[in-house]
Amino acid sequence: MTDAKAYSNRKLIGLLLLGCVGMFGFGFALVPLYDVLCEKLGINGKTQSTAAEYKAVTIDTSRTVTVEFMAQTQKDMPWVFAPEMKRIQVHPGEVIRTQFHAKNLSAQQIVGQAIPSVSPGQGAAYFHKTECFCFNQQKLDANANAQLPLIFYVDTELPEQISTLTLSYTLYNITDKGYVDDVEQGAAK
Amino acid sequence: MNAITREADMDATHIGEHSTHHEEHPTGIKRWLFTTNHKDIGTLYLWFSFIMFLTGGAMAMVIRAELFQPGLQLVEPNFFNQMTTVHGLIMVFGAVMPAFTGLANWLIPMMIGAPDMALPRMNNWSFWILPFAFAILISSLFMEGGGPNFGWTFYAPLSTAYSPDSTALFVFSVHIMGISSIMGAINVIVTIVNMRAPGMSWMKLPLFVWTWLITAFLLIAVMPVLAGTVTMVLTDKFFGTSFFDAAGGGDPVMFQHIFWFFGHPEVYIMILPSFGIISAIVPAFSRKKLFGYSSMVYATASIAILSFLVWAHHMFTTGMPVFAELFFMYCTMLIAVPTGVKVFNWVATLWRGSLTFETPMLFALAFIILFTIGGFSGLMLAITPVDFQYHDTYFVVAHFHYVLVSGAIFSIMAAAYYWLPKWTGHMYSEKLGKLHFWCSVISVNVLFFPMHFLGLAGMPRRIPDYSIQFADVNQIVSIGGFAFGLSQLIFLVVVIKCIRGGEPAPNKPWDGAEGLEWTLPSPAPYHSFSTPPEVK
Repeated sequence: MTDAKAYSNRKLIGLLLLGCVGMFGFGFALVPLYDVLCEKLGINGKTQSTAAEYKAVTIDTSRTVTVEFMAQTQKDMPWVFAPEMKRIQVHPGEVIRTQFHAKNLSAQQIVGQAIPSVSPGQGAAYFHKTECFCFNQQKLDANANAQLPLIFYVDTELPEQISTLTLSYTLYNITDKGYVDDVEQGAAK
Repeated sequence: MNAITREADMDATHIGEHSTHHEEHPTGIKRWLFTTNHKDIGTLYLWFSFIMFLTGGAMAMVIRAELFQPGLQLVEPNFFNQMTTVHGLIMVFGAVMPAFTGLANWLIPMMIGAPDMALPRMNNWSFWILPFAFAILISSLFMEGGGPNFGWTFYAPLSTAYSPDSTALFVFSVHIMGISSIMGAINVIVTIVNMRAPGMSWMKLPLFVWTWLITAFLLIAVMPVLAGTVTMVLTDKFFGTSFFDAAGGGDPVMFQHIFWFFGHPEVYIMILPSFGIISAIVPAFSRKKLFGYSSMVYATASIAILSFLVWAHHMFTTGMPVFAELFFMYCTMLIAVPTGVKVFNWVATLWRGSLTFETPMLFALAFIILFTIGGFSGLMLAITPVDFQYHDTYFVVAHFHYVLVSGAIFSIMAAAYYWLPKWTGHMYSEKLGKLHFWCSVISVNVLFFPMHFLGLAGMPRRIPDYSIQFADVNQIVSIGGFAFGLSQLIFLVVVIKCIRGGEPAPNKPWDGAEGLEWTLPSPAPYHSFSTPPEVK
């Protein structure tokens, strides 16, 4: 093989390897990209993760939206977890308070984290929670009960074609993943 | 052409010199372990792929035996799941892809007039890591808790929260397969770009070379993404990251996006070289030039580019917004245009050709018809609203087996018959070849066609049991499956007989065949085109 050929081979191999490394990185870049796109376009049903301010809006009594609640637990989560009501008719702008029941069936203290999802996904941006148990981790002692509060309102800008919003919570067991004690943190301040 | 033949003759004398004073050829196992010869490595790839084809096929036989009757008969559901998973992984990464790499190794240097692949030592490595990858994968089946049971698509959280401990082995084996494919792809690109004989301009390249060049770029673009995906699965499962775990802020649906960003180009990786093979065989047995050569090149490139814009058609039922469903639906349908260009070009090549129907031609014709059926069912699946009915049913199974078995595998069979005389120096038994073809083509349709009806009637895929109304059709399908599996043993016999002896093959056994490889003697000498041929 001539030197020129060996050089052009090496150059091409270098470029192709660079391409491989680049695409490996691109695979990982898809992760933040996915989150950004979903958030900007509001398409995957993720709701905001911090409390929304209630902006004084007029209640649109001409319109009624059905809000449905679902609750499920992931595997290894020995809690009973259920909404107080399955379904409610609301007017956009109206502030609603409801709660979910949780009971720890196990003999250990367990920390849970509820992950919300709104369906249809495009409705997620119009579903505002001013208070939600999903903003914090929930700790329950063995066999303890809790009422988990949720305060929300539906935006008056909710697109016409959406007449039902389903809010689904999945409860995960995160006992092993490190618990940040909000109360103690607050006390320390 | 005359000049080329002379070159070939000169070449033959070169070989004599080589064996007397040049490197000595190791014999026995060492020859195969240390070989850097593209023909040896091609042979290794092809045999490896055939062994994997039979292994994956045996797993398919387990699946079809279990599904012969409703109810659970032979295997545990968890083992059934492992069979569907490992069958898929072996057929995709162990049978189809190595077969194409083997063909590339054997044929690309001979087709472009190069003495060997550009990177022979890397070539040796890219083959020899493969058996280890599959040994790891298959051995995971015998681990406590079983092997991978989450489908070859390893959707999270099935592959993370719910998977067996052997998932780490699955991940590492996929890493090794990926490295092997990437090395193979780099080798192919460097060979084609830098080692073409003088006068072999881009638009004179045989289509097999063109389609492989484009395939290699697809491999480089998506295999690293697959490696990233399995790495994320590994860290999610064992190291506490939350890429796909909603509890930690991840998203399981994102897995599907990343996986199919790899997965859709992957299906074209498994079909583009087929297009090249068919574009060589159809003109040879029609005794005409290929109709629309340049449109074939552009169609291949368009399919490759479009393959990056359609991944979410695998995910219509995940609850995407309507505009995204429409976008992916239209892009998917758009792929039918360049694919249609190809099918029409092949048909136009056949038109008024002086046709003969030797075994390679029979497989090529079956490819055109059956691949088109698979393409049409793909178009049906592309329609978002109907996909909601077809999703995850046997309709999908029928679709991708039509394009992969009677598509990719049939083209590999066609290629094997077409180039066997060049590889072995003997003609294969035409009688046995035809028997293999007819057994295969009938049984493959008995096997996969009724699956369309099962799917439309609602039978879900990947489930070891089914409602009794599906029993009759499943029996027919299973019988077709056993027949197809057995028919492939005829192929083994044909190949072994052809290697051992048979009518000596002339340099160009097919009178309509074109290409530099036919200017070489049969069997092709160990070193060919040491002096590059002049291409006019």
